[in-house]
Amino acid sequence: MNEMTKIETTLKDWETDQEVRWCPGCGDYAILKAVQRTLPQLGCDPKNTVFISGIGCSSRFPYYMETYGFHTIHGRAPAVATGAKLANPELDIWLVTGDGDGLSIGGNHMLHVLRRNVNMQIMLFNNEIYGLTKGQFSPTSREGTRSPSTPIGSVDRPANPASFALGAGARFVGRGFDVSKNLPDVLKAAHAHQGAAFIEIFQNCIVYNKDVFNDFAAPKGAGDRQLWLEHGKPMLFGDPKTGLDKGIALDREGLSLKVVEATEDNWEEAGVLVHDATSRVISNMLIEMPFGPFPMALGVIYDDPRPSYSESVAQERAKATEGKQANLAKLLGSGQTWTVEADEGHPTD
Amino acid sequence: MREEVPIHRCIFQQDKRLLFGAREGTYMATQAADLGSANEPSAQPDAVVVRFAGDSGDGMQLTGGQFTLSTALAGNDLATFPDFPAEIRAPQGTLFGVSAFQINFGSREISTAGDAPDVLVAMNPAALKVNLPSLKTGGLIIADTGEFTKRNLDKAKYDVSPLEDDSLAKYKVLAFDISALTIEAVKEYGLGNKDALRSKNMWTLGLALWMFDRPREPIHQWLKQKFKSKPDIANANIAALDAGHAYGETAEISGPLSQINVAPTKTEAGLYRTITGAESISLGLVAGAQLADLPMFFGGYPITPASAILHHLVRLKEYDVTTFQAEDEIAAICAAIGASWAGSLGITSSSGPGIALKGEAMGLAIMTELPLVIVNSQRGGPSTGLPTKTEQSDLYQAIYGRNGDAPMPVISASSPADAFECAIEAVRIAVQYMTPVMLLTDGYIANAAEPWKVPDPATFEPFPVTFLEEKNDGDTLLPYRRDEKGARPWIKPGTPELMHRIGGIEKHEETGNIDYSPENHQAMTDARKAKIDGVANSIPDQGCCLGEPGAKLALVGWGSTFGPIHRAVSQARERGLDVAHVHFRHIWPMPKNTGDLLKSFDKVLVPEMNTGQFKTVLRDQFLVDAQPLNKTDGLPFYIHELEAAIEEALS
Repeated sequence: MNEMTKIETTLKDWETDQEVRWCPGCGDYAILKAVQRTLPQLGCDPKNTVFISGIGCSSRFPYYMETYGFHTIHGRAPAVATGAKLANPELDIWLVTGDGDGLSIGGNHMLHVLRRNVNMQIMLFNNEIYGLTKGQFSPTSREGTRSPSTPIGSVDRPANPASFALGAGARFVGRGFDVSKNLPDVLKAAHAHQGAAFIEIFQNCIVYNKDVFNDFAAPKGAGDRQLWLEHGKPMLFGDPKTGLDKGIALDREGLSLKVVEATEDNWEEAGVLVHDATSRVISNMLIEMPFGPFPMALGVIYDDPRPSYSESVAQERAKATEGKQANLAKLLGSGQTWTVEADEGHPTD
Repeated sequence: MREEVPIHRCIFQQDKRLLFGAREGTYMATQAADLGSANEPSAQPDAVVVRFAGDSGDGMQLTGGQFTLSTALAGNDLATFPDFPAEIRAPQGTLFGVSAFQINFGSREISTAGDAPDVLVAMNPAALKVNLPSLKTGGLIIADTGEFTKRNLDKAKYDVSPLEDDSLAKYKVLAFDISALTIEAVKEYGLGNKDALRSKNMWTLGLALWMFDRPREPIHQWLKQKFKSKPDIANANIAALDAGHAYGETAEISGPLSQINVAPTKTEAGLYRTITGAESISLGLVAGAQLADLPMFFGGYPITPASAILHHLVRLKEYDVTTFQAEDEIAAICAAIGASWAGSLGITSSSGPGIALKGEAMGLAIMTELPLVIVNSQRGGPSTGLPTKTEQSDLYQAIYGRNGDAPMPVISASSPADAFECAIEAVRIAVQYMTPVMLLTDGYIANAAEPWKVPDPATFEPFPVTFLEEKNDGDTLLPYRRDEKGARPWIKPGTPELMHRIGGIEKHEETGNIDYSPENHQAMTDARKAKIDGVANSIPDQGCCLGEPGAKLALVGWGSTFGPIHRAVSQARERGLDVAHVHFRHIWPMPKNTGDLLKSFDKVLVPEMNTGQFKTVLRDQFLVDAQPLNKTDGLPFYIHELEAAIEEALS
């Protein structure tokens, strides 16, 4: 995001007159509402806000946002967005992509938009399936996923989007899921971050991969399966009704994380880690925690800004053009030149 | 110091007769020829073709480039043809490592780099072997005997040194140890042999400057500038250059060389410079963006021979130019599209394989109706093909190479200088018609240099862009409502009250909302086609650049074949043949009178460096009996090939 004057809007101001055409029950509806609720809270200005998407179910998103929107081609939204941002750094860009669009056909662009640190919010809706093309396994599908193209189960090892982002050099990695009440907080943190902010949003594909995230996203027992991270707060989790009773600690011998019994009163003695969102090492461990023995790490996992691409490009431009004036006539006549005189046709230098 | 230059060995050979001078002295022959003759006054031909050939590490492109500048400064019209291997630094002395630079210059108008060289400078046996077949019979070979060692002869697959058998009898040969002479010339600078030999190209250039009576001073200046921080290297190169020049004078006294004076060309008065196609396209794009009153965004990815455009533009940031070296060809065009959407002039550039990758994104620009210029510096294909050789085989790709009915204007540059105007024209069409435009050049145009009369920007007609600032239908915004040209409004994100969505999905013909309905897709397909067809209303009628409509024969060309066609037709006309030359800049759509013009000729012959692509387009569009004349050997047409075709067609 950019420094901006806050604009008063309501959720309605961000809705278009277009009929939303996702399948009934699709997780995308919840994400759309979360975004439309968040933007007024951030004071965003619709005229400077743009949504850019690739191809896939998620990529219909711009049509439903009353902003400038560009529904591009499969996988290429990061490249289009990079050009738009360089052409007009004032634009507040939200990129909408999916696991197929962003990590398969567009994996290359995702790598580069992250390493260049182009200032934008990248929402990757991960439903672990190709929905729009009717259910083939995707690069994030778990091994053994049965689909029209893998009738006896997929053999590909899945990619971990947040891990990919961190490895590509992202300076902000967040996670949330479609119906989570905390999603707006992650979006706000991403928006506050100067640079490329990568948000993996687990999204339920009701038709082709129904409830695949229920193991951690189902409301029942969620407290034991979700670790919501907050910078400066101890990594505690558990059922809030009965009290948080577990924490994440560092196994210093094996250099890995472990789950320990701890409460809000004794977490320090129990060795529970305090979340430091600027620690790339711990962030990586949190992202890579195997679900089951560990809860799912959610929220702002990593947030350590460095100068964004448009700032660096502007600085480079200032350096390159220092003391130079545009003068087309002079430019055309530069290099080694000679003059032919009018009458004799004989050159002199 | 020139008195001290020893002449180790000279061979001057003609009609199988060799006259040997003293051992370690001069080998010479007398003969009557237009070049290099010993006992004649200096010759004054109206044009001369010189080819510098050596190992790719010998600096032949640099030698050729500097010789070109001094030739331009001497007032000759000229054309050049750099011909270098695809390998960055091929193994020394090998046949595939040969790099050559050909220049044709004269007192008359020069339209090609020349068919056959009059003079071949061969820095090693491989350079001689590769380039000999094109040398004119009776032409002069200047060879460095210092490189004609057993090892180098083996690498060039010579059993016997060609300097020592009869194989060069058809030519004049001036062979001496340039390597040793260079080492001698630079020895006071204390360089090792390896470094000293690096100045061989300057020694050779010095000799060439002497042969054609060119001033050394500009090259001295250039060397001082180039090696500003290494004065020893600068001085060694200058010494080598001077020694080569002095050698010419000394050798003339002793017989084997003579100076050749090529009088300056009669040209229009004004300021001139030499320009390559890559430079001229870059300048034309900058001029075009300024005329459109737009910042420029250039997205590129390294590829031969298109990278030079990126290299030029990156140095012009003060002209509101942003350059972006993308992660791949697709990202390069997509970023340019994003920039155009945001209100800049998006430009991307590549060569065939990269253009293929950009295809889908071109469709997006067509569908979203955003301005974009795509420069294709064509090279030999398919696939990786011949990266450093020229071809015109991407014409179908340019006109048709996208999914769906995806019409897009195509224009083509016919010479390095012409590329400047073509670039401006591409920008004009892109912004006035809200469309991507492809500008075709080729490897030959990109690398070749020619003199260019520097235009005065005040004479250019501006075409400033107006962005839509308010709703265009009462209280409603219709992002796809068209103007009289069929173009939709350009709306920058950031404009209050005009928020809207665009994309690659078929959209309603006015609102731009998704609309798959049959009647809408028909209407939008028709509208996209009509808009591009309508570009023809903004371009001049096609004329003949030589001859008249109704001629017995027309040679119809496009792109870099301009030079050879023009020369061949001109020569045929001098012989009284009724032949015309028609050369197209606008390939798609073509000028409105094209059908009538083509039908006025008895015969139409289309020379192309492909298998007949433009010929097929002409047949398809106008039902004319256009006949092909094709070649795909990676080299430009020779004038004699075209002359023969003209003779045959008219016989």
